[in-house]
Amino acid sequence: MAAAAAFSTLSPFKLSSPIETPNFPSLSSSFKLTSSAAAAAAANSPTHPFGPLKFNRIARFATAAPSAASSSATSATTFHGLCYVVGDNIDTDQIIPAEYLTLVPSNPDEYEKLGSYALIGLPSSYTNRFVESGATKTKYSILIGGDNFGCGSSREHAPVALGAAGVAAVVAESYARIFFRNSVATGEVYPLESEGRLCDECSTGDVVTIELGESDCKLINHTTGKEYGLKPIGDAGPVIEAGGIFAYARKAGMIPSRDA
Amino acid sequence: MPLSWLLCLSIWRFSANQRSWRKKRRSSRLSFHIDLFCFGQHLPMGSSALPPTSSFLSDKKDVGFSSFCTQPSFPCSAQVSKKMVSKKVVSVMTPQQSERKPSTTGAVKTGMTMTEKIFARASEKSQLIPGENVWVNVDILMTHDVCGPGSIGIFKKEFGKNAKVWDREKIVIIPDHYIFTADERANRNVDILRDFCNEQDIKYFYDIKDLGNFKANPDYKGVCHVALAQEGHCRPGEVLLGTDSHTCTAGAFGQFATGIGNTDAGFVLGTGKLLLKVPPTLRFVMDGEMPDYLLAKDLILQIIGEISVAGATYKAMEFVGSTVESLTMEERMTLCNMVVEAGGKNGIVPADSTTFKYLEDKTSLPYEPVYSDGQARFLQEYRIDVSKLEPLVAKPHSPDNRALARECKDVKIDRVYIGSCTGGKTEDFMAAAKLFHASGKRVKVPTFLVPATQKVWMDVYSLPVPGAGGKTCSQIFEEAGCDTPASPSCGACLGGPRDTYARMNEAQVCVSTTNRNFPGRMGHKEGQIYLASPYTAAASALTGFVTDPRDFLQ
Repeated sequence: MAAAAAFSTLSPFKLSSPIETPNFPSLSSSFKLTSSAAAAAAANSPTHPFGPLKFNRIARFATAAPSAASSSATSATTFHGLCYVVGDNIDTDQIIPAEYLTLVPSNPDEYEKLGSYALIGLPSSYTNRFVESGATKTKYSILIGGDNFGCGSSREHAPVALGAAGVAAVVAESYARIFFRNSVATGEVYPLESEGRLCDECSTGDVVTIELGESDCKLINHTTGKEYGLKPIGDAGPVIEAGGIFAYARKAGMIPSRDA
Repeated sequence: MPLSWLLCLSIWRFSANQRSWRKKRRSSRLSFHIDLFCFGQHLPMGSSALPPTSSFLSDKKDVGFSSFCTQPSFPCSAQVSKKMVSKKVVSVMTPQQSERKPSTTGAVKTGMTMTEKIFARASEKSQLIPGENVWVNVDILMTHDVCGPGSIGIFKKEFGKNAKVWDREKIVIIPDHYIFTADERANRNVDILRDFCNEQDIKYFYDIKDLGNFKANPDYKGVCHVALAQEGHCRPGEVLLGTDSHTCTAGAFGQFATGIGNTDAGFVLGTGKLLLKVPPTLRFVMDGEMPDYLLAKDLILQIIGEISVAGATYKAMEFVGSTVESLTMEERMTLCNMVVEAGGKNGIVPADSTTFKYLEDKTSLPYEPVYSDGQARFLQEYRIDVSKLEPLVAKPHSPDNRALARECKDVKIDRVYIGSCTGGKTEDFMAAAKLFHASGKRVKVPTFLVPATQKVWMDVYSLPVPGAGGKTCSQIFEEAGCDTPASPSCGACLGGPRDTYARMNEAQVCVSTTNRNFPGRMGHKEGQIYLASPYTAAASALTGFVTDPRDFLQ
């Protein structure tokens, strides 16, 4: 119970004084689950054969990766591809501008279309287009950002647009809460946190590999030959591994299984 | 697994103190002593054996928040069993001390913020700490035309074509984003909402069919967050989730309210529950008399500027103090509306007589306010002397890019926009009209007015502006040369389809009472948005530059 006491950090000071921003890494993920639930969730990634949304997207990526060839549920997850680099506070209006929100993500055609508009709201200072004009997919499967990635609106169109465009993982210094949550709930993209500021270390077009091991998560930049630590996915992991909030709730017995 | 501990803990509800709150709900002075009293009721006497809190209050910082997050995930069950044991022992050993305050009994250990208490009640637990993940029972789920169709799609896909929603009376569907547009897909999305509401017999659907004249649609409201309040769906102590990040507006009513995505909303539609993490609370104590040239918008811009756009990520922001108590409900809504711009999970203002009075003719449902305990643990407490603040703006392209309005007096602007859930309420238009009237001048740049809801629109056309000789806002706006108030909706706050009224289709500079100024927010990627209060927006309209409203109000 002493740990509860640790919470109390009452330090009154005026707003006009410089603020020390509290930084609590363990709060950076939106789910916290018992380890037994985690194991149960990880033990059997479900496959949902129907529907346009990729609730099992992450599981699919994991099994497609060479390092996940073993059948063990705890085997490493790997993402490999070109990276696209953005800065701080990339908000949902830049990820998917509001004029495209009439597209309904649960409709397969419109899902694809959302992908074609991913990151189209970036200012013209970004000279490389994320998705080429006329294309529906991006050539960059890994997105690297700075602080507070995905801030702004609660539109789920944001992680969906990235996922639909072919992004497997986002690596940012930190995330806005709802974007992180929506990424987890949908399983569209794997939201990872970097230990350093990778958006200053990597450049758009670099070839990178992300390895998510049980004890060690890292990003390797093959173009520069450097390696960086990533924070473990934390308590959101089981939900991601289950394939989203529905799959997780089914495993936990919250809602009946879909075949019922 | 979670189901089993939910069941096991459900017997440890707050039944005793809930009754007490209910009894006292209507009393004019509800303060935290009620909660202390309640804790006395449900805490075991044996907790006197626990150390007093003063010791851990003093040793901040040396023990990080993370240390408690590494606790077993569900410490509640351990606490419950401990209580049972200690109760037996102490009932023999220790006589009740009548003078004993909860602060010396160990009640401090269980002191909770109002956000934590709402989570505890909604998850049927007696005790919670920040960082825990709990399945929360949802009181109201709100969705609109942008995220509703996707949420419905997920609901159908996951629960089946013939599935029924968990409670037809707890779902509120408010088309408001893209209404007055020729965009076919936008119009189709409202049709999807209508079909779903008919099929599911949803009780609260604020439909619009005649897009040519919003007044021909008596059910149509407009901006969801303002409509939720006006229609009595915001109630103290409840949990309100909505598929819009500004759902946090409803925290003004002393409830937990936050924005969620389509998938989570689809889940709630079917189950009425959602897995949520209990947030720690940042407390903002605002005291001092509010100068008459400031509005709540200035207060929240001050706070966001101080803590940054990520300063409250995952956290609750609780607003208290004499200034907050003096604010009207609409001003409290402005305050809570923009907590998401600081990354906050929710904003919350304790319910008081102002709240109860507002709710009097709006809801007949019983509600139970909760209040933070005196010993509640706050991650941080900020104190603000409001009397010393000056009118503010947030410069492009971030809501935390704070500056004094007078520092930006050389910034030439092309247009002014007054509207949205943040700055399109009745009092926002009253404030703008008051300034226009006081100046006796005409605007120098196009000034667009978009009332949030049909009710606000009616008020703009019917309520006399105090001190303006009986003139209404609409008369004053017309005399000042503003555009005619438009049909109520989210309008150009978030750009929207190309034909949206007042959308920024060129790279212009706009002073706006809205909530976000990220690149492209109001339509054009290179457009520049200065966020400001209705006073500052009106003053800027009169000069064609960003202008401190004191130039006209004093």
